[in-house]
Amino acid sequence: MIEVRGLFKRFGANEVLRGVDVTVPKGQSLVVIGGSGTGKSILLKCILGLERPDAGTIRVAGEDARRSDREAYLARFGMLFQGGALFDSMPVWQNVAFRLMRGRGRLKRAEARSVAVDKLRRVGLGPEVADLYPAELSGGMQKRVGLARAIAAEPDIIFFDEPTTGLDPIMAGVINDLIREIVVEMGATAVTITHDMSSVRAIADRVAMLHAGKVRWEGPVDEVDSAPDPYLRQFVEGSADGPIPAVR
Amino acid sequence: MKPLAAVGRAALALLAVIGRVALFAASSLSHLVRPPFYFREFGHALLTIGWFSLPVVGLTTLFTGGALALQIYSGGSRFNAEAVVPSIVAIGMVRELGPVLTGLMVAGRVAAAIAAEIGTMRVTEQIDALATLSTNPMKYLTVPRVLAATLALPVLAAVGDAIGIMGGYLVGVTRLDFNAAAYMTNTIDFLETGDVVSGLVKAAVFGFIVALMGCYHGMNSGRGARGVGRATTNAVVSASILILASNYLLTELFFSA
Repeated sequence: MIEVRGLFKRFGANEVLRGVDVTVPKGQSLVVIGGSGTGKSILLKCILGLERPDAGTIRVAGEDARRSDREAYLARFGMLFQGGALFDSMPVWQNVAFRLMRGRGRLKRAEARSVAVDKLRRVGLGPEVADLYPAELSGGMQKRVGLARAIAAEPDIIFFDEPTTGLDPIMAGVINDLIREIVVEMGATAVTITHDMSSVRAIADRVAMLHAGKVRWEGPVDEVDSAPDPYLRQFVEGSADGPIPAVR
Repeated sequence: MKPLAAVGRAALALLAVIGRVALFAASSLSHLVRPPFYFREFGHALLTIGWFSLPVVGLTTLFTGGALALQIYSGGSRFNAEAVVPSIVAIGMVRELGPVLTGLMVAGRVAAAIAAEIGTMRVTEQIDALATLSTNPMKYLTVPRVLAATLALPVLAAVGDAIGIMGGYLVGVTRLDFNAAAYMTNTIDFLETGDVVSGLVKAAVFGFIVALMGCYHGMNSGRGARGVGRATTNAVVSASILILASNYLLTELFFSA
């Protein structure tokens, strides 16, 4: 479904991605882990076309990302941003229905609202939330609204950028379970970026670890705890001792 | 050689900024004529930029018109030219002070607000979110604001002209003992269509500049509160300087012959 080959991206002297190769088969959930500044978010932004890679190819369902019709290409994706990235000038239901009310095949306002309320219900929020503004919601509720927006147009591929950052462990567990349920239910292909190992275990089919701009380790989630790679071991154990410098 | 290198670097940086702003302006103009069009956002921008700027523009031009009448009366009395107060207030307001003051006041109010809003959207990833939702941020955020400001400023300037002339009239009649009917006749007789049109054209250009600077600095905002704060300051400063510079160029264009 998603095939990334030899992806390079630099910002000035900082070479963030140095030849990343990743494949995510259709319907599978890949979790990308790695230290801060290893290029995880840049990888997602390159796939979405928000950043232009310096070299390499990105193919989605066999189609070259650079040559495809931008609107049709992006219509395949839903994304949950780290901070929610909800539009604070509009109420919750308009955030969720944003894509539904625009572009090809847009829905009428009442219809879009009904779909938005339905998606909010799917992520555990009642219809009374629909008319609130994002600033009136707690962090956990904002994540749920972001999730509802990501799935509103029923995309084939969903990206989750640090879905549990800033949440308490209980709320993080709820969001993890919700993500897993929704991805399985929709049969969507999912790529998640996280530092949270409980998210990795709850969401992933496969795990890829980015280090120094390359995929350092990749394998099934069951093998994460037994893999001998010293970089992966250090990351999973959260240890300051190991090949990854603690001060970067 | 070090001072020369520093001058060269500064010159190159300035040229790079001019190039980026020119490309940004060209891109917003090209999106202006290509669908989709966001009428709701345009309407909202028109209300925010036009309607809500009326009080500040009205008060500014009212007091300036009054002060202008006093100044011209005081200066004119040195060579027995007190009678020119109505015509100079009218021409000064319509050609110069109306559009420039409107532009500067709207730059302070609107360019700052646009830069802060778009800059915050940039740092909270709302602009990335727009793009992933198949919505071009340039079309959705920049075009409605630029179009609204370009159309709203001439209307605001026209209202400002009228209020400024009224300020001069009130001072002239109540403080300087002008005859009310004669003051109005003088004002109307000395104004020409070209005076009004040139002021309105200036205002449209200033509106374009204000929204463009707000959007440009917002879209290119740095990270965090400091980045947004700097974007806001840069938007107001650059819009104000460009308004004054373009005012001179437009005045040359309209009146140098």
